[in-house]
Amino acid sequence: MSCHAVTSPSDEALGTSYRTIAVVGPPNSGKTTLFNRLTKLRQKVGNFPGVTVEHHTGYLRDANGDEIALIDLPGVYSLIPKSEDEKVAVDVLTGNMPGTPRPDAIILVLNSTNLHTHLVLAARVIALGIPTLVLLNMADELRKQDGHVDVLSLARELGTPVALVSATTGEGLIAVQNFLSTATATPEPLELPVVGSTRGYREWAVRVGTNAGYRRPATPVWTARLDSIFLHRIWGPVIFAVVVIAVFQTIFAVGQPLSNLLQKFLDTTGARLGAHLPSGMFQSLVINGVWKGTGSVLVFLPQILLLFLVIGILEDSGYLSRAAVIADRTMSRVGLNGKSFIPLLSAYACAVPAIMATRTIESKRDRIATILIAPFMTCSARLPVYTMIIAAFLPDRPLFGVFLGTRAAAMLGLYVLGFLMAVTTARLLKSTILKSKDAPFILEMPPYRWPTPASLGLRLVDRGKAFLYRAGTVIMLVSLLLWAATNFPMHHGQPPQVQDSVVAKVGHAIEPAIRPLGFDWKIGVGLLTSVAAREVIIATLGTLHGVDPESHATDLQAALRHELTPAAAVALLVFFAFAMQCMSTIAVVRRETNGWKWPALQFSYMTCVAYLAAFAAHSLVSHLIR
Amino acid sequence: MIFNFIFGRHKKERQAQAGSLSDLHVGESAIVAGLELSPPVAEHLMNLGFVPGLVVKVLRSGPGGDPRVYRVDGTEVAMRRDLSRHIRVELIGAPAFGD
Repeated sequence: MSCHAVTSPSDEALGTSYRTIAVVGPPNSGKTTLFNRLTKLRQKVGNFPGVTVEHHTGYLRDANGDEIALIDLPGVYSLIPKSEDEKVAVDVLTGNMPGTPRPDAIILVLNSTNLHTHLVLAARVIALGIPTLVLLNMADELRKQDGHVDVLSLARELGTPVALVSATTGEGLIAVQNFLSTATATPEPLELPVVGSTRGYREWAVRVGTNAGYRRPATPVWTARLDSIFLHRIWGPVIFAVVVIAVFQTIFAVGQPLSNLLQKFLDTTGARLGAHLPSGMFQSLVINGVWKGTGSVLVFLPQILLLFLVIGILEDSGYLSRAAVIADRTMSRVGLNGKSFIPLLSAYACAVPAIMATRTIESKRDRIATILIAPFMTCSARLPVYTMIIAAFLPDRPLFGVFLGTRAAAMLGLYVLGFLMAVTTARLLKSTILKSKDAPFILEMPPYRWPTPASLGLRLVDRGKAFLYRAGTVIMLVSLLLWAATNFPMHHGQPPQVQDSVVAKVGHAIEPAIRPLGFDWKIGVGLLTSVAAREVIIATLGTLHGVDPESHATDLQAALRHELTPAAAVALLVFFAFAMQCMSTIAVVRRETNGWKWPALQFSYMTCVAYLAAFAAHSLVSHLIR
Repeated sequence: MIFNFIFGRHKKERQAQAGSLSDLHVGESAIVAGLELSPPVAEHLMNLGFVPGLVVKVLRSGPGGDPRVYRVDGTEVAMRRDLSRHIRVELIGAPAFGD
């Protein structure tokens, strides 16, 4: 490696006044790692207006202590605005993005181990005429695998400062500080490719690379070795299955108990806190409104963090791309690609982290489709509801000896039902509104790398913050609304019995609509309150029937048998299998798609499907029993 | 494997020095000749290195033979056969890059 320092063609010294710098780079250039390294935790997440593309803005200080905003743009290979990501990048770089100033300078991050491919982007960025610093990332890998590039020659060719850096080790990052404190003229490249053909750009890139003495590093031996196992005809799927079970186990067997523990802790502290407050509306607002609302946001955190830790390890190590290749054949049958597999699998634990995990899917349409079908997967919040209804109506008899009882079979049937509806919906979406003819399955396979704790940690903090701030507020709001609906109108300063409250009035009001499903107003109230979380219907029905569902489960089951016909019970199960009875999921979909359009569509669709299916189930079972 | 069976029939045809990327066996290399795909897809593939004139190698195949992983100019890319079928290649020995 000849030189790690910045080599600026124009050495006019003294301070600059860069206020906004855009960080640009292709996917797999290590751009995000570099961005995190430069800005540490001083960053915020945002969405550009009108698009689902998320961006981070980070802050760092130059030598004078002045604050500089660093905008991390989506990873792009070119600046031809064809995809949403590319359009966002072009709009920001040309100053056409509302609310974002045109950047004063650009930090272009390229992967030094793959320079020919990545220089194509350099040509397009340099042509913008904005002061640019070119960082050739992964210098350590380049050196280790016997690659070479002459930084000085490349700087001369490109007409910009160039530095070899490593975002993971921090090598060479002094170049960024130098860039910030040295005025750099607009790039003066020796030669730019003729605008037009990508082939022309490519030939230019090869020429520039050759002039800069670029020698491509050897393919990492380990990547080839590991791929021959992970993508093996037999071992590949076996290892994939093991990984998938491990992911599922982590969320189900570790995340779920953690969430429950947290819930218990919040409940007891809430009760203790309530004891110190004078009873009345204020106490109820604090404990049952604010505290419960906070709790229903916080309980998701353990699962979200765990899932992102696991996915972070899979993605940073490079295995996630291999898993997508393995799963692709199966997923392609329903019109999705292999990248949807892990998010959909996590939806069996909880749709909230699953929907957040869809960001590993590059294709926007596939991502939306995955988000839309994820809530059909039987999440853990449905289990208590299923268990209660099945226990109330179905005697447990062996069906296949000791292997399968009637209750377990019913439960399994509900799992299958949700899965089938997810598959049907996926097919429907992919053949209509989310048809993606121009977004086929093309996946770059990065070499295997060790995930670094710093990068994993940053990702967890980032995802946790995004969930708490952006989705948490909506969940909180709905919690408070539900609290108000169950606690008004007040009688002599005391909250009313549930049957006199606003929510009961609404329950009565919707009774005609749910009558065809065999539900009365009490079930209606349960359906309304269960929007907070599905299992809440149990507590609500308990209150309405005056029994404690915890200590007198069989009494509640008896009350249910009295209230519902068997046909209505089946209808209720089917309704819960399909309906989007979960404000947290709605909030997260809104947050991930940056708008109300998709969650509104999804909620309407799922409610319609649930209603029609429950109606069909009710009619069918009544007919059969009679 | 089923695709070996299918390819058995293509073997003779490949003497013609040209074909589609999906006709190649694992381990074989050829030169990209052209992309018969819609402009956005072709553009994306070219950004990844599937530029006419460059050498592409079939590295390995996923379970069941689809998708497969290719290497072109140092980049490894996985794609399905429905795509690689539309990438025309010439067997090595044909004119090289910058002809």
